[in-house]
Order: sequence, then structure tokens, then C-alpha cells
Amino acid sequence: MLHLLLRHFTLLLGSTLLIGFIGVAWIGPTQMKYEPEKVSRNTYERPSKDYPFGTDKFGRDIQTRVVHATQLDLRIAFTVALISFAVGSVIGAIVGYYGDWLDAIVMRGVDVLFAFPSFLLAMVITGVLGDSERNVITAVTIAYIPYFVRLTRGQMLTVRTLPYADAAISIGNPSWRVALIHLLPNTLAPSLVQMSMVAGWAILDTAGLAFLGLGITSPTAEWGVMISEGAQRITTGEWWMWLYPGAALVLAAFAFNLIGDGLRNLLQQ
Amino acid sequence: MDMTEPLLALENLSVTITDNRGQSKPILQGVSFEIYPNEVMGLVGESGSGKSMTALAIMGLLPRRAKPQSGHIWFNGHDLLTLSKREWYAVRGSQLAMIFQNPRAALNPLMRVGQQVARVVRLHQSLKKRAAYEKALDLLQQVGIPDSQTRARAYPHQLSGGMAQRVLIAMMLACQPRLLIADEPTTGLDVTIQAQIFELIKTIQAEFGTTLLLITHDLGVVSEVCQRVAVMQDGKIQEVATVGELFAHPQHPYTQHLMNTLLRVDRPTNSRA
Amino acid sequence: MTTTPDTGATDQSPSLWLSFWAILRSNPLFRYLLRRLGLAVLALVGVIGVAFFLTSVLPGNPAVVRAGPLANEERIERYEREMGLDRPLVVQFADYVVHLAQGDLGESWSSRQPAQDELRARIPATVELGIVAFGLTLAISLPLGILAAVYQGTIIDWVIRLFATFGASVALFWLALIGIHLFYYEWDIAPPPLDRLTIGTEEPPSVTGLFTIDSLLAGDIKTCRDALNHLWLPAMTLALVVSAPMTKMIRSAMLETLDKDFIRTARAVGLPPRTIILVDALRSAFIPVLTTSGIVFGYLVAGNVIVERVFSWAGVGQYVWQALDANNLNAVRGFILLIAVVYIVLNLVIDLLYSLLDPRIRLN
Repeated sequence: MLHLLLRHFTLLLGSTLLIGFIGVAWIGPTQMKYEPEKVSRNTYERPSKDYPFGTDKFGRDIQTRVVHATQLDLRIAFTVALISFAVGSVIGAIVGYYGDWLDAIVMRGVDVLFAFPSFLLAMVITGVLGDSERNVITAVTIAYIPYFVRLTRGQMLTVRTLPYADAAISIGNPSWRVALIHLLPNTLAPSLVQMSMVAGWAILDTAGLAFLGLGITSPTAEWGVMISEGAQRITTGEWWMWLYPGAALVLAAFAFNLIGDGLRNLLQQ
Repeated sequence: MDMTEPLLALENLSVTITDNRGQSKPILQGVSFEIYPNEVMGLVGESGSGKSMTALAIMGLLPRRAKPQSGHIWFNGHDLLTLSKREWYAVRGSQLAMIFQNPRAALNPLMRVGQQVARVVRLHQSLKKRAAYEKALDLLQQVGIPDSQTRARAYPHQLSGGMAQRVLIAMMLACQPRLLIADEPTTGLDVTIQAQIFELIKTIQAEFGTTLLLITHDLGVVSEVCQRVAVMQDGKIQEVATVGELFAHPQHPYTQHLMNTLLRVDRPTNSRA
Repeated sequence: MTTTPDTGATDQSPSLWLSFWAILRSNPLFRYLLRRLGLAVLALVGVIGVAFFLTSVLPGNPAVVRAGPLANEERIERYEREMGLDRPLVVQFADYVVHLAQGDLGESWSSRQPAQDELRARIPATVELGIVAFGLTLAISLPLGILAAVYQGTIIDWVIRLFATFGASVALFWLALIGIHLFYYEWDIAPPPLDRLTIGTEEPPSVTGLFTIDSLLAGDIKTCRDALNHLWLPAMTLALVVSAPMTKMIRSAMLETLDKDFIRTARAVGLPPRTIILVDALRSAFIPVLTTSGIVFGYLVAGNVIVERVFSWAGVGQYVWQALDANNLNAVRGFILLIAVVYIVLNLVIDLLYSLLDPRIRLN
């Protein structure tokens, strides 16, 4: 009983958190008293009634910035998850269906990419492309495409041996059609789990890159940028500068991870 | 039947299993039978009839999701169902032991078989490492493993199924349990090897006076090895009788049916689930 | 070893070599190794190519960076010529590969030192941090993973899994900041997050490059304590984050093993639970965990880059971050190659270990 409750608790908690974040991203910005990039004379203010999360070195309201950043970070996470899934699973499906030399070549390439931690891959690619939201999305997406290629290919290899693949071919479907339209949908469930995980990783990677000064940069309101600005004051004790954006970042990633875990448990039943 | 106290008595044992979705269904329903000292008792039934679950319940090794709901398992004046985890470890091995089907998977793949026997020897007979190993070699020889010195250094995957089952039997000898349960010990082995293993079990049973509960779907084996037999179907005991009675006058319609189907087939009926 | 197969005089020599080769080739382990090595070299060639062309399309012009903000066109052009940037990319690549074959990664454009020397100087700091972090990771994740598996489905399991999920979501740099704030700013237990030794402390004479070991070798307890003092917080931060996936892996490997028939046998003969869990189950579970250590290595390396930045740790991670910032291509390429080589070698070693640990593979 406890077991069941806890299993669904994971999914429930994750979804609740994520819905909360989406709500904040949607409605939050209109509810704020300040502008995210508006400087003021009240620099380094501790959290107070006027500034619930305090202010930074330009006197900007941290709460406003955290709320505005929610929209940006969620947008990046969703975009990365969707594009890397779309591109990765189409490549994986084709490769898994046709097999042979195409499979050999593509999977070698995927192996080379896997030989490199995805964060570092994203870091180098962002460095190459330069700093912008689009570039950081591109870089992180490229880093996670291999995950979907490998996943969908593996699924495809098993699905393709099932009777309905033969059935689809025998009634005269061309093989690309069978691969993409008949077989791909059956590999979706595990991809959904993977997407949720990738969204969580993407949000951490984006913020991590911003923390290193890559991708999204100051003065944009982004969690990683804000943490990085706070880190400059780590030895002087202005903890509110990095604590709140960090907490938002970690909770968001936690939500995606919980959903991923919960979905996986659901599928394993 | 004689007048002595039974060694093991199952009394109205019921077990249910809970699936992933939290729904439970009974797998044993009111199972009762006795085993007397020094006898060989057979437990027959088709796959899925609850034979193995009965054995695992006696051993306290039921899967996590299976829970005894009611009844008693009397052994030596104690109800095994009331034992604590710690007490179980004192009972298993020294009082009760069990060999399984698929002997090669039942041995640790990463350990030489001699070592595996030797550590059981050490556990139950306080011997030094060296002496325990010597004893293990003796046991391997006793169960008919030729060239036991060399074979003891083998890993399970290097042994045939028959040899692996002999190693497991040697482990049981090291335990010297009062009750040995053998769960389809010859499934998957060649017919000639099957006969040899049963011969070995019979010899050991006679020599050490171990009480034996033999689980099988093979009534031919039952007629050769057992004195009494219990017939199971759908988690219930249908009939308990001596082998002579059972074969002469099967009481229960299911037993008759079982005899008609099983006596003719000499391979496992696993496919019937 | 010059064999001339067409002359009759040395006709024994080639056949000897051939038969030696034939014997080697018939050895399955050798054949396996050869195949693996071949694949490794192929992967490495791929990485070199990708690393070179990827970094070469960097938008910034390294010559401009080197020439400084006040430089005129002429000066920039001179630097471009000097650095070989005016040649076609393919020629640059060929040149790079030729130098690489001689162990030359090229000049680090920010300092004009050979990049390989700079990298080499930075490796020990990263290795020291990595090793300690990995040790701590094992110390955290082994007991947790085992506990969760043994008490599967109970509240213990649930709490540990929640920890693992949360750990997978914690941003490393944020955790590091919390650590520094609490242990340095609030409680003053840890030193300021500035590199590996207190400023003014002399580095111990270099033997291994690991300050803790070198200072001990030199008999300098004070420096050793200082090095450890600087080491524990970054290592602990890294370990906490890497423990999360590691705990999950150990848990699932243990669960799978605890379900095996041979564990049931061990219980049926009355072996004590401690033996069953720590000897039988853990040893078997170790094998699947080992195959995933490539992933763990990835986490450690990526984590190092961030931790080194937060703690101003003068390791490879901080070096590559500075290099990326300064368009220092040779340094970035060198870093990519270093990681790839270590990763490939690691995988080879894992495969070998695998066949040593599992007797079922040994003879195959």
C-alpha cells in the first residue's frame, strides 16, 4: 500500500512542482513590482518587505529576476527536450530499421559523442557558436541527440521483429513509412521518460554554462547568470544573491527528474 | 502410517501474493499434510499448482510479495511462521535445506565450486579453512564427482547440469539437515543423468536417514522413490496417500486425470502453465 | 626484424614470425584486445578530426585577441601569418596532425608556451581532486545503494531514492556556494575557496604532483594538512552530486542480483545475511556497475570544470574554461583529446577488468 502511494507520489509531486513553475512563468512577470533589468540605488539589500529576495549589485530586485528567468529557463528546457527528441528519434528509427552499414556508421559517430560528457560537449559547442539563447539551445540539443538515437534504435531493433511490422510491409507499405509511421509510435513511451530527464539536464546545463559565462550572459535574467553574479560575493556573505535563483533552478530540475522517475515506474508495471 | 510424531506438519496454510498494482490473489489455500521422520514424501502437481510455493513457505524463502495469511508450519514443536529473521538463519541449512531446479544457476557464478561447498562446511561444522576444504573434496567425491580435486577448482559454468546438481547435493550433505526439500532436482537434465541423480538422492537418504520432500511432476519418479505422496492442484491439496494406495485406487478425480496425462509424458509439462 | 620472404637464405625467419603471429592470433584474448585497440584508435581519429574542425570555426579571431586591443590591421595580419591562420583549414589540419604525432599539441596562444606543457602542469590538481571525490562517492553510494536494495519497497529505500533523485537535480555550483557560505563564511571551518594551498605556502617538491602525497613524502605535515584542508570541501561537493547516479546504479544492480537463484541457494543453506549481501550479491552487482563507470567518469570530469571554477582550483577544468574564453584553440583541442584518450583507455581497462572479474568471460 505504502509502496503504491509512494510510487505515484513521485509523479504527483513532480507534476505539481512543474505546473507551479509553468504558472509562475506565465503569470508571474505581470505580478512583479519591478523590472528585471531596472537598476536602482538600493544595491546589495538584504531580503525585506520591499525586496522579498533582496537586491543585487545594481540594485535590481532578485525576486523579479528569478520570476522572469523562470520563463526563459523553462522555454530552453522544453525546446531542447523536444528538438533533441524529434531529431534523435527520427535518426534512431531510420538507423534501427535499415541497420547494416548505415547503422554501423551512425552508431560509431554516436559512440564518439558519448565519449564526451554532454556538459563538456555543450560547453565546447557554445564556445564555438558564441553567446546567445539560440546557440545555447543548439549546443545542448546536440549534446542530447545521441541519447535519443541510441534509445529509439534499440527500441526499433526489438519492435521491428514483432509480427505487426511484417503485417505492415505485407500490405504494401514502403519501408520508410513502416519505420516512421507504424513502428516509431511504439517506441514513444520510453522516449517520454528520456525527454523528461533531458529537460531536467538541459536546465542544469544551461544554467551551468551561464554560470561559466557561456551562452546566456549578463544582464539577462537567468538563474545561472544570477548565481554567477552572486558567486562573486561569496566571501562577503550576500547569500540571497545566489540562494534564491539556485533554489528555483534545483526545484525545476527536481520536478523534471521526479516526473521522469514516476513515468518510468508507471511504464514498468 | 506409523504412530511417531511428524517431523513437519503443515496445518491449513494459506498464502497470498500481491502484484504490482496492489491486488492480491491466493496461491496456497488451506494446505495441510505431514511428513514423518526418515520418510520420502512426494509432492506432485502440474506447473503453477503451488508445489514450489509450499516448499519456499516451509523454507521461509517466499518471494517478497507473497505473505502467509493463516495456518501453521509445525517443525520440531515450533511454528516456523512465528520465527524471527535471526531465528530463521539458525534453522535454514542445519535443520531444513533445499535444492532447486536449474542447478547451474543455483551456484554462485563467480566462485569456484569447491569453495562454495567448503564455506557451507565451515558454517555448519566448526572446521578450519583448510580442513573444511578437505572435507568439501570428500563430499564432492561422495556425491560421485570424478576427479573431485580438479572439479573443485571449476566455476559453475564449466560444469554440466548433472555435475552442478551433484555439487548442490554435496552442499546439502555439508548441512546435514533433518529435512531436505528437492524441488524438481532433475528438470532440464538428460534422462540418464536424471536416473543417476535420483539414485544418488536415494542412497544418501538411506545412508544419512534424511527426511526428504521431493517435488516433481513426474509420477514415475514418485513411484520409484517415494513412500507417500500429496497431490496438489490450484494451491490446494487434493489427496494424500501412500504410493501403493495412490496408484491402486486414486481417490480424487484430479489424481486420475493427472495419472492419465503425466504418466505418459516423460518431459516437463511447463508449457501448460 | 627485417624479413625478406623472397630470399631462400633467411627462409626460417619469416615463417617463424608468421607462426608466432598465427599463435597470437589464435589466442582469443589477444584477438579481442587487438579488435578493441583498433576500435579505440578509430574513435580517437574521429575525436581528433571533430575537435579540430569544431574549434576552428570559432567565431573569434585568435590573432586579434593576441594582438591586443590597440593593434592595427598590419599587426593582426602578421600574427595571423605567424600562427598559420592564413592557410587553408585542411593544410592547418595536416600540420596539426603531423605535430600531434610527435606529441606536440601546438603553442598555447595566450602564453606562447607549448600547450602540452601547460596541460601537464595542470593535470595533478585535477587528478587529486578527482581521486578524492571518487573515493568519497564510493563511500557514500555503496552503503546507500546496498541499503536501498536490501530494504526494497520500505521507507529506507524510498528516502534513499529521493536523495538520489534530488542529488541528480542539484546544480553543482549552487551546492558548492552553499558549502563555501556555511563552512567558510559562517563557521570558518574551511579555508577561502582560493586554489589548493593557503597563499604564501610553498608547494612541496613535485614527485607525483599531488600535494597531499608530495608533502608527506617530503615529511612536511603542515603542508599536507593545509592541502587536505583545501581539498575536502570541493571533493565533498563533487562527491555528493556524483553519488546520486552512482547510488541508483548500485541499487538496481543489487536488486537484480538479489533476485538470482544462487542467492536463494545461499539463503537455503543458512549463510548469514552479511555474507550473502557483501560477498555473493555485491561481487556480482559490481560487474554491471563497473560497465557504467564511463558515465561516472563523465560526471566527474564535467563536475570538475565547475568545481575548479568555484574554488579557483588550478586544474585542467579551469584551464579549459580560460582557454575557451580567450579563443586559445590549441589548448581547447588539447583538453578534448586528453579527455577522449582517458575515456577510451578507461573503457579498455574496464573491459579487461570485466573479463578478469567474471570467470564466464575469461575463457571466451
